Amino acid sequence: MAKRVVHYINQFYAGIGGEEKADQTPILKKGEVVGPGQALQALWKDDVEIIATIVCGDSYFADNQDAALATILGWMEELKPDALVAGPAFNAGRYGLACGTLCDAVAAKLQIPVVTAMYKENPGTEMFHKTVYILETGISATSMRQTAPKMAAFVKKLLAGEPIGFPEEEGYFPQGYRVNVFTEKNGAERGVDLLLKKLKGEPFETELPMPVFDRVAPAPAIADIQHAKIALVTSGGIVPTGNPDRIESANASKFGKYDISGVEDLTGEQFITVHGGYDPVYALEDPDRVLPLDAVRELEKEGKIGSLFNYFYATVGNTTAVSRAEKYGEAIAQDMLKNGVQGAILTST
Amino acid sequence: MQLTLGKFFVKDIQFADQSSYKDGVVYVSKKELAAYLMEDDTIKAVDFDIARPGESVRIVPVKDIIQPRYKVEGPGQVFPGFVGDVETVGEGVTHVLEDCCVATSGHIVAFQEGIIDMSGLGAQYNSFSKMCILVPLIEPVEGLGKHNHEATVRVAGLKTAAYLASLTKGQTPDESETFTVEPTTELGKFHPDLPKIVYVYMIQTQGLMHDSYVYGLNGKGMVSTIVSPLEILDGAVVSGNCAAPGHKNATIHHQCNPVILDMLRRHGKDLCFAGVILTNESAMLTDKKRGAYYASNLAKLLGADGAVITEEGGGNPETDLMLNCKHLENKGIKTVLITDEYAGRDGASQGLADVTAEADCVVTNGNGNQFVRLPKMDEVIGDLETVKVITGGSSTAIDEKDGSVSVEIAAIMGSCCELGYEKMTTKLR
Repeated sequence: MAKRVVHYINQFYAGIGGEEKADQTPILKKGEVVGPGQALQALWKDDVEIIATIVCGDSYFADNQDAALATILGWMEELKPDALVAGPAFNAGRYGLACGTLCDAVAAKLQIPVVTAMYKENPGTEMFHKTVYILETGISATSMRQTAPKMAAFVKKLLAGEPIGFPEEEGYFPQGYRVNVFTEKNGAERGVDLLLKKLKGEPFETELPMPVFDRVAPAPAIADIQHAKIALVTSGGIVPTGNPDRIESANASKFGKYDISGVEDLTGEQFITVHGGYDPVYALEDPDRVLPLDAVRELEKEGKIGSLFNYFYATVGNTTAVSRAEKYGEAIAQDMLKNGVQGAILTST
Repeated sequence: MQLTLGKFFVKDIQFADQSSYKDGVVYVSKKELAAYLMEDDTIKAVDFDIARPGESVRIVPVKDIIQPRYKVEGPGQVFPGFVGDVETVGEGVTHVLEDCCVATSGHIVAFQEGIIDMSGLGAQYNSFSKMCILVPLIEPVEGLGKHNHEATVRVAGLKTAAYLASLTKGQTPDESETFTVEPTTELGKFHPDLPKIVYVYMIQTQGLMHDSYVYGLNGKGMVSTIVSPLEILDGAVVSGNCAAPGHKNATIHHQCNPVILDMLRRHGKDLCFAGVILTNESAMLTDKKRGAYYASNLAKLLGADGAVITEEGGGNPETDLMLNCKHLENKGIKTVLITDEYAGRDGASQGLADVTAEADCVVTNGNGNQFVRLPKMDEVIGDLETVKVITGGSSTAIDEKDGSVSVEIAAIMGSCCELGYEKMTTKLR
């Protein structure tokens, strides 16, 4: 039995009109194959069937996104297709955004494969390449002849549940996941090869483009430190003995928040480290070496800070992915704000 | 300078009443070897086990892996400062047991010992699963303390490796490979048209059991220095490192350093190997800066056109890596960096803790956060429970129902080795 696909296009490719018709409201054309859908249908023959074409004006979609989505998602739920194909949008910006937005929403709601195609500089590519398979097209519709077979084959593969290859094999924009693959040469040989190319001035491709870091601007200094409430935070894995939250010794999946009201000094009996990345001997002897509670209590007594917040926050920074650390940082900061904390001392290991 | 590696290809290891080597089989007398190791009075007891390729065997916790080598000609002895005296090594003839290694185990020292699986999915992630392995299981005397425990197991592993290879004394190797290193000042004359490439060899020496040893000396506090690549092949650098198993350099990685071997083999053909610059990774920023400035200074003094830089460990060593890259490039020496990544289980996160714009040519040996389910093995050498605490493992790692073990590949010995020992990389998708 043929797999059932819905195709989404804009008013231009539906033959309704150009910019003057861009405010066209959504139309459902059941059983109709329109515009670029004809090229796809011809390639799919009997394996895949376009059961409906949905058309919407680009301006209407951009200006009334919620309404347009509600209408189209309603139709999709009734049609229950096996996949959604949108575009290709080439370099048409609003069309690309509509294709991306719709694909993203349909994938989330109906849990079916979605595919679109557009030019690399289409804003839709930047916005949706992480969540939607977007195949690369040329800048204009003249590249339809190359795009249609790629799109048809890719959709068929997805519908058959076949494994999807790498971007360079399949033609989609990378979604940002680095996966391990085995190679013919070992890393050292690849390294020497790369360096020789670089020295000869030949083109070479790095295996790991440098990531762009979030540079966090330091907050302004605390004006009145003598009255400020200060909290302690550590990625050094200091937790109450027994590790009540079972924080992992590496790539921690959580952070903990622990009561230290009335505690003057951390001892190895009450607190331990669960960090798997450093020699724990000295931290177990005296956890203050990682989480300097004793020193901060002294500052508190001397009136050099207002007070120490009654809880500290801890996680393990050992091979922990930045994306996770970022999440914990945000959650900890929110919790501090809620509790009127004005400053924090962060210790790492 | 010339060093010949006389290679004996090992087909099996077997226990016997007397230790010997014959026709590809290493016969080990537990009694003889135990007596030799027990000369160290910090060892309370030692037992041995054997693991072979394809067997349903998991070894955990593995602290260090060492290739059996023994010098039969030339000055000094392997692992100078531990087995041999501190005399300079790297010349003469060294016997090597290929396809064979020693993997030290027993009581866990820290959180950072790893897994070797001899079959199944885990076996794909390192070369050791394809070797015959002798496992000394070392029980330290009570109250030894972690630091002395580490040193005890380190030395026992090196002694075992030298002992096994010494059994080939007087026998003819199956195969020999000879490496020649010319004096530095002659290189330009011999190879005027080849690019001069140095190897900037970063060793982790952060104290707190993240240490590597050079001629028996902890490399911590060392100013970057020049060594002959042939010294490394004789075990001048050994691991005492308890960093994450997936990307710490075990002693075998140093002995068989793939960058050194590749450059020695290509020397005079498509490159001129202009020397090894040994530089450390300290925990302190000033030390990192000093090490990197000085490594680049040595590269300049050697007249290098290019440099291969390898990292050990991850996190703050990325700062050493990037500083080395930056200073070398600033001096006009082109670089390639060899590293690995911790990009999260889904591979979507930033994989390095520090970066620099000059690092435009990088080799990655994989994402250590990749999550794998390793099937149950019929036999465990060591203590399976330790997978609950080692890096890459977790308290829920063992599936009590089917006996499988789920870990990140950081828990597998050498899986993402940053010397480029294995054949893995990451690709973006």
